[in-house]
Amino acid sequence: MLGRVFTHLDGLTAVALFGIGFALLLLDKNLMKKIIGFSMMDSGIYLFLASYGYIEGRLAPIYAEGISDPAAYVNPLPAGLVLTGIVVGVSVTAVMLGLTVRLYERYHSLDIDEIAEKIRREGK
Amino acid sequence: MMKKQKNDRFASFLDWLENGGNALDEEMQDALREEEPEAPGKQKREKKKKSSDKTADIAKKPRKAYADSWWYRLLAFAVAAALIWLLMEAVDRMPRFGAADTLMDSELTEFYVEHTKEETGAMNIVTGIILNYRGFDTLGETHVLFIAVCTVLLMLSIYGEQDEKKRLAQGALERYFEPHHDVILQSAARLLTPLILIFGLYIIANGHLSPGGGFSGGAVLGAGLILYQNAFEYRKIEKFFTYKTFKWVSVCSLLFYSLAKGYHFFTGANHLDSHISIGTPGNILSGGLLLPLNFVVGCVVACTMYALFTMFRKGEF
Amino acid sequence: MMTMVWWQNLPLFMIVGALVCAAVCSVLKAKAARAVMAALSFLECCGMGVLLYFTLTKNESFVFAMGEIGAPFGNELRVGAAEALVGLLFAVIMFLSLLGGWKQFSLDIAPNRATLYGSVFCLLTAAMCAMTFTNDLFTAYVFIEISTIAACALILSRNWGRTMFAATRYMIMNLLGSGLFLLGLSMLYCLTGHLLFPQLGAGVKELLAANRYPMPLYLSFLLMTLGVAIKSALYPFHTWLPSAYSTSTATSSAILSSVVSKMYIFLLVKIFFRAAGTDVFARRIEDVLFLYAMVGVIAGSVYAIVQRRMMRMIAYSSVAQIGYIFLGIALGTEAGFAAALFHILAHSAAKSMLFLAGNKLRSAADGQDTFPALRGTAKKEPLAALAFLVGALSLVGVPVLGGFASKVFLAKAAVELGGWRMVVVLADLLVSTALNVGYLLRCALTLYRPAEDTEARPAPKTRDAAFAFAMIVLILMNLGLGVFGAPVLDWIQRGIAMFV
Repeated sequence: MLGRVFTHLDGLTAVALFGIGFALLLLDKNLMKKIIGFSMMDSGIYLFLASYGYIEGRLAPIYAEGISDPAAYVNPLPAGLVLTGIVVGVSVTAVMLGLTVRLYERYHSLDIDEIAEKIRREGK
Repeated sequence: MMKKQKNDRFASFLDWLENGGNALDEEMQDALREEEPEAPGKQKREKKKKSSDKTADIAKKPRKAYADSWWYRLLAFAVAAALIWLLMEAVDRMPRFGAADTLMDSELTEFYVEHTKEETGAMNIVTGIILNYRGFDTLGETHVLFIAVCTVLLMLSIYGEQDEKKRLAQGALERYFEPHHDVILQSAARLLTPLILIFGLYIIANGHLSPGGGFSGGAVLGAGLILYQNAFEYRKIEKFFTYKTFKWVSVCSLLFYSLAKGYHFFTGANHLDSHISIGTPGNILSGGLLLPLNFVVGCVVACTMYALFTMFRKGEF
Repeated sequence: MMTMVWWQNLPLFMIVGALVCAAVCSVLKAKAARAVMAALSFLECCGMGVLLYFTLTKNESFVFAMGEIGAPFGNELRVGAAEALVGLLFAVIMFLSLLGGWKQFSLDIAPNRATLYGSVFCLLTAAMCAMTFTNDLFTAYVFIEISTIAACALILSRNWGRTMFAATRYMIMNLLGSGLFLLGLSMLYCLTGHLLFPQLGAGVKELLAANRYPMPLYLSFLLMTLGVAIKSALYPFHTWLPSAYSTSTATSSAILSSVVSKMYIFLLVKIFFRAAGTDVFARRIEDVLFLYAMVGVIAGSVYAIVQRRMMRMIAYSSVAQIGYIFLGIALGTEAGFAAALFHILAHSAAKSMLFLAGNKLRSAADGQDTFPALRGTAKKEPLAALAFLVGALSLVGVPVLGGFASKVFLAKAAVELGGWRMVVVLADLLVSTALNVGYLLRCALTLYRPAEDTEARPAPKTRDAAFAFAMIVLILMNLGLGVFGAPVLDWIQRGIAMFV
């Protein structure tokens, strides 16, 4: 595998980012770090899509004068998908941040375990 | 004179925050208890004395924080490593970076490059795809922004009477600390804001010709508004951009977007003539629906960005 | 291509109409917004009904291209009997949940937030239609995100600390799920170069036949399955579910439990059937699912038994019931898929009723839902208690009710398959039925026992016509699913035949 690392560098980086972000989102107890993890995870996916859309030696998918050969442009679809993905990611991040703000205001903590503890005490 | 007045106001405000704030906290907690039916007070009133004592004991004992222990960190690391290894193995078996012979680069690329100009009038193929061929995705995407704003509004505006005071206090604090006579910042902002806004409009208007479009241009517009709001007082931006503006601009944009897209889908699927000419590809006024759609998307994105920022900053419009 | 007949335009109108309503709702007054919500969900029911009628009588599905250009270049909708039936169920449940929580709605949700709640509800309706009908994996992802955020907003409709915490946990788990789904989708797209189901299925088949990239293909499907499993709370990923379902308002929890999580499962069925194919390849993923579902059916019931609060118990019972649905899917045969879809119907009908009735009973018991507090509430709210009893009996699997029919279909599908799976499914069914009797009937009977404290609190008689209507329709639905189980299953099977 190691010998082929350099031909797949971008894809490997992308999934490494995804994995780190995933673990951060799942396992870290700090809410802000969780949100950062989510952003990393999403960035990994965008990198993955964008890198697989790239083809060596081709133009960006905007018509250049006099070139109408389809083989001269890269695949435009991944760019569109990444754009959609980014917008969705921004929205979800905003919602998560809003939740975090509210939880912090009420429980004065970003630690998800501590918040759970406080809720347990205040509740039942 | 004015400064002194302001200082007085600020001191009294700090006083209120210090004393009133604490009092509010307690009041808030009381309100919370009353609000939630499973309150401890009620349980004790019932004759479940014994069991409630027991639960109280459990509640007092803090749960062991396993998240700090070494094995949890090790486990987290192991999980991440295993996931990354698995994904890397898969990527290693996938087509090479930049290769031209993959399945992904086949008929779709060919079709899009050959047809986008004639069918949609867009020189930027990506715009043609996201606003025409895959316009339904983008319609959904714009509504994701809308629902995010709705949710944040719902979240940050769910304050009871008690919280409302606190919230307003925070807003007042924000207002107090905002720059009033910061010459460097304000003249820079006075200079930059129009340029940024014009640049944003340029990106939106040229979305079908060059890199850009509603989303990127809208983000630039939103950034311009945010800069303006940060550099000047709220009062200044509230002269032309309030909650009402936000509401009506984004709702009208979304309505136009949904209806225009619905019309486009309807005529397209039924093979009717849509009576929308795409003009000469390459001109600014071409591309049929692309230009107006880019504009409404830009409006929605700019409003959303500004609204999210404002909500997070002062919790109200 | 032929032009569309009038009813074939309905899916488009339903989706765009819901989006327009969402925008309009946010500028209306609270009362008008509620009226718009109700009208929209009623019209969606009618539209789905018309679609179901025509797809069944014509006996074929149709494709609706979103724009001039259809597959494989543009977005598409695709409507068959299965889509229309599941969509009809979702629309009806949403309508009835709205009616069932109509009175509490104004108590729980302040007027300034009701308009936003209306927008969110309409967007969720749009997402429900789009996800049910879509023929495109990426569109499905976009609408998954809409429904995720919408569900978060629905949970948040109560201003409690616990609710917010539940929403946070819900969001975290769901973001993990959508992340996995998006990565799997991207990998699949990079391998096959297509996003629409028919082309995707053909591409996968071609690649497998040539034995190219078998491992990444397998992994991409596994990631998507895992993502959907997290989002629909299959057993080990259920941790977000109980607090989210049990703390929100009546309408919200009914919609969350019976519409939102089921949409994802229906999407998974579509992915399996139309993209992965039902051969050896999909088998390997289904084995993983089978394992989880098998454990989940038992574990969910065990969790439910030890709960001391009614709402949490109902929520945990969802974990077990979702295990059933996944068990059907994991059988991998057409009969298994049909049984799974039927269980989606039966469970949605019963669970939304349980949540609505449970909320009513909880408020009859002064907001307490511990079992001692619930004693004697049947006298105060006879209709809610009756509905609760019917729902519980249906989930337990008493003949004439929906749950019984679905258990029979699942057992039949397993017997048809034979082998060790049959043994496991039958054993699972037996054990979990026994456990269901334990917790659901115990709870239902508690309602009818006389209250412990003799000081009879004068029960304020409340008239709630909307709630009564919703309950009666839901009870009839449960009965109907049980009595007419065979024809409904026949519709589902015809729908599945249209899938391919």
